[in-house]
Amino acid sequence: MRLYAWAVYAFLYLPIGIIALFSFSAGRSASQMQGFSLQWYGRALNNPFVMEALWTSVRVAFLSAVLATVVGTMAALALTGMRGRARKVFDLLVQIAVMIPGIVIGIATLIALVSVFDLVNPWLEALTGWKLSLGTGSLIGAHGLFTMSLVVLLVRGRMETLDGALIEASSDLGATPMGTFWQVTFPQILPAILAGFLLAFTFSFDDFIIAFFVAGAETTLPIYVFSSIRRGVTPEINAIGTMVMAASLLMLIAAQLLLRRSQAHARR
Amino acid sequence: MAMTQSRARALLLTPAGLWYAAMLLLPLAVVLIFSFGERSAIGGYAPGFTFEQYANLPARFAAFRNTLTLAPVGTLASLLIAYPLAYFLAVKVSPKWKTMLLVLVIVPFWTSILIRSYAWIFLLGGKGIPALLETIGLDDVRLLNTPFAVLVGIVYGYLPLMVFPIYVALEKLDKRLLEAAADLGTPPWRAFLQITLPLSMPGVLTGSMLVFILLMGEFLIPAILGGGKVFFVGNALVDLFLQSRNWAFGSAVAVGLVVIMLITVGIYTRLVKRFGASRDDVGLM
Repeated sequence: MRLYAWAVYAFLYLPIGIIALFSFSAGRSASQMQGFSLQWYGRALNNPFVMEALWTSVRVAFLSAVLATVVGTMAALALTGMRGRARKVFDLLVQIAVMIPGIVIGIATLIALVSVFDLVNPWLEALTGWKLSLGTGSLIGAHGLFTMSLVVLLVRGRMETLDGALIEASSDLGATPMGTFWQVTFPQILPAILAGFLLAFTFSFDDFIIAFFVAGAETTLPIYVFSSIRRGVTPEINAIGTMVMAASLLMLIAAQLLLRRSQAHARR
Repeated sequence: MAMTQSRARALLLTPAGLWYAAMLLLPLAVVLIFSFGERSAIGGYAPGFTFEQYANLPARFAAFRNTLTLAPVGTLASLLIAYPLAYFLAVKVSPKWKTMLLVLVIVPFWTSILIRSYAWIFLLGGKGIPALLETIGLDDVRLLNTPFAVLVGIVYGYLPLMVFPIYVALEKLDKRLLEAAADLGTPPWRAFLQITLPLSMPGVLTGSMLVFILLMGEFLIPAILGGGKVFFVGNALVDLFLQSRNWAFGSAVAVGLVVIMLITVGIYTRLVKRFGASRDDVGLM
C-alpha cells in the first residue's frame, strides 16, 4: 500500500520535475540535461514576445479578477438569505457557467461577439471612426464570467456561516445598515473575497482554451506557450513553464491560507 | 424596510445579471440559433432554418466516438488508480502526515494543465520511456501520438479531482462498522466489499462525474499528446470554428456535446439519489 502511494506520487511529480530540471540545462536540447545554467530564464525574460504575452496575461487576469470579485461579491451579498424565483434563476446561471465546458463557452462567446460586432461596427465606425473587436475586452468578459461564479460560491458560503447575532447587536447599538456592513460583515468575509480574487486571477492567467477563441489578435502567455510547443519544444519553453507553475502555485497557496483562516474564524 | 431591502438586492444583482445575460445566455442562444443555419459561401454563418447540420453530425462520428470511448475509459482508469491512494490516505496514514500528503496530491492540479500535458512529450517521446523499453529488448515502441498517450495525459491531468471526493467519503466512514464486521468474523476483503466500497460510492460518483464532464470538453490533451491522430469533439470544434470556419455545423456539434453532457448529468443525479450521496462532497478548493 505504501509502495503504491509512493508510485502514484512519483507519477504525479516526475513530469513536472523533468520540466523544471531541463529548464536549467546549459545545452540547446529541450529533452536532455547538458550542464547547469540559468541562461534560458534570461532568454525567456528578454524575449519581447514572451514579455508582451506575459503583460497581456497579467493585465487581463488582474482586470477580470477585480471585476469578477466586485460583481461576484455584490451578487453573493444579495443572494444570501434570498428566496423565490430570482434566487433560483441565479443559482441556475452560476451552475451553468461552471458546468458548460470551457470550449463551448469559448466558441459561443466568439461567434456571439463577432456577430454583434458585425452588426454594430458599421454604425459605430460612421459615428465615431472607431470599432469594436475581439481582444482584451472579450478576454476580460469571458474569464470574468466563470470566475465571478466562483466568487459567488465562495463568498455566499462564507456569508452563510456568519454569526447573525453580531449583525443584530450592531444595529441594536445604533449602527446604520451601511455602518454594520463595513464594520462587522465586511471584515469577516474579507478573507473569502481575497481568496476569490486570487483564484480568479490564477484561473484567468492559466486559461488557454477560452482565450484561444476570444483573444482576437492578442496573445496571452498560455497561447504563446501552446503555439511554441507546436513548433517544437525548447529549453526556453521549459523555463517559462517552470516560472508559470511556480507563480500559480504561490497564488493558490495564498488563496488556500486565506480560506483556511476564514474558516478558522468561523469556528471561533 | 422590506421595500428598500429588495431594491438594494436588485441593485446588487444587476451587474452580475447583465454579465450573465451578455456573456453566457446570449452566446449560448447564438450557438443554438446558428446550429439551425447554414454555412455562408465565405465561411462563417448564413441565416436559415434547417436541420441539415444535425443530419450531418455523423460526419464527425470519429470525434464523438473517441470522446465517448476515451472519456469513460479515462474516468475508469483514474478511478482505479485514485481509489487505493484515497483509501491509503483516509485509512492508513497517521493524522500527522495526512494533511501534507493530501496537499501533495492537489499541488500538481494547481499548475497549468497545458504545461503538465506537454511534460509527457518528454516521457513518452523517443528519449523517454521508449528508450528505456529498448534496453530491455522492446524495439520501436511508439507511444506519443497514440490513444495510450492521450489516456496517460488524461489520468495525469485529472487524478487529483478523483482522489479528493473518494478520500472525503472514506474519511466519513464509521470505523466501528469495520470493527463490528471483524468481531462477527467477516474476513477483511468481504468487509471491504460489503461496507467500505458501498459507503464510498458517493465519493466515487462525484469524482467520476467531475472527471467525465471535464473530459467531454477536452481539447488540450489530445491536441498535445494525440498529434492530430486522436481527436475529441473539442478538437473537432476548434477545427470547425477556426480552420474550416463552418459555424453552423460547428454549432450543431457543440449543441450535440452539451446535450450528451446533460443526459449524463441527468443519469448521474439519479444515481446519486439512489446512493443517497450529497453534492457537497467536493472539497477541492
